[in-house]
Amino acid sequence: MGAGTDLGRVRGLGAAKDGVHHWWLQRVTAVGNLVLVLWFIGSLVRLPSLDYSSVVLWLRQPVAAVPMLLLILSVFWHFRLGVQVLVEDYLHGASRVLAMLALNFYVLAGAAAAVFAVLKIALGA
Amino acid sequence: MAEFSLPANSKISSAGKRYPAPAGAKNVKAFKIYRWNPDDGANPRYDTYELDIDDTGPMVLDALIKIKSEVDSTLTFRRSCREGICGSCSMNIDGTNTLACTQAICDIKGEVRITPLPHMEVVKDLVPDFKHFYAQYASIKPWLQTVTPAPSGEERVQSVEERAKLDGLYECILCACCSTSCPSYWWNSDKFLGPAILLQAYRWLADSRDEMTGERLDALEDPFRLYRCHTIMNCSNVCPKGLNPAKAIAEIKIMMVERAG
Repeated sequence: MGAGTDLGRVRGLGAAKDGVHHWWLQRVTAVGNLVLVLWFIGSLVRLPSLDYSSVVLWLRQPVAAVPMLLLILSVFWHFRLGVQVLVEDYLHGASRVLAMLALNFYVLAGAAAAVFAVLKIALGA
Repeated sequence: MAEFSLPANSKISSAGKRYPAPAGAKNVKAFKIYRWNPDDGANPRYDTYELDIDDTGPMVLDALIKIKSEVDSTLTFRRSCREGICGSCSMNIDGTNTLACTQAICDIKGEVRITPLPHMEVVKDLVPDFKHFYAQYASIKPWLQTVTPAPSGEERVQSVEERAKLDGLYECILCACCSTSCPSYWWNSDKFLGPAILLQAYRWLADSRDEMTGERLDALEDPFRLYRCHTIMNCSNVCPKGLNPAKAIAEIKIMMVERAG
């Protein structure tokens, strides 16, 4: 594979033909985060109080639960894309694979738990 | 794992030599210079040379040439044009990558500390190994490529506006000040092309006469070759020619998004 020459090492396995999708999604989720976090803070500030019953009452409305689900997806997705960049920057070889596995499992489990919590409140009796 | 600490034999020892200023010198400036010789087996050290800068040319390169000519002929560095067009004398001066020939001594307060470009293999003293950097340059095929046969007996026509798109790109002298100031290049230079080579790549992407834009973008679309750039902007901050590699990289990323739809 040409690893015996300087140019061979640079050409390596070739370009992955990938990266633009990751870059674009990171920007899309960043804009999503900006809008949804502002909505989230604004909504909490406008609540009469922040005790358990008023927040639960608020979250039961579809106009609160749906953006909340979107916020969870956008934040976890953005987090996953961002930490992937950190992992690729600083870890190489087997430690990179392990870190990416841990990251993917954490993000999926965290997002699933958060979505379940919102749905439980929104759809609960 | 990125290496944050130096290998044992790279640590700078405290055994540097001091060359005092000549007797009667009135305007003394100290130059603390990184020294490493691959042949003596010793760790690198800083040697300090005191010069009378009333008797020295105005630029750091003038001081280095004076040291080599009159004080210590073993000091090793690259230089050629002494006017910022060849890119040979790129080094880290007072904490910033720049060209010794265009860096005025009087702009540096106190002692002038000079080291090789960061995170490059050192050949000797201030001379880094550019083999990999040049191979990366060769990999982007830095020449005009077309499908259309060359016009017979006339030049390839380019409008004034089309030619203007190469301004700020063609001036790059490949001194590597930008690439070696980039943390992403430090940690991943095996695959990341770095700001200098990406600016050169954009110079061909922006050329109205070149017809291999798609193939050039294909070769760059990679999480490491292009997308290790995180817009840190050290490149644009240090460029001794005043160019903006970060903007050139941003233009490549825009082209990537455009063609992806």
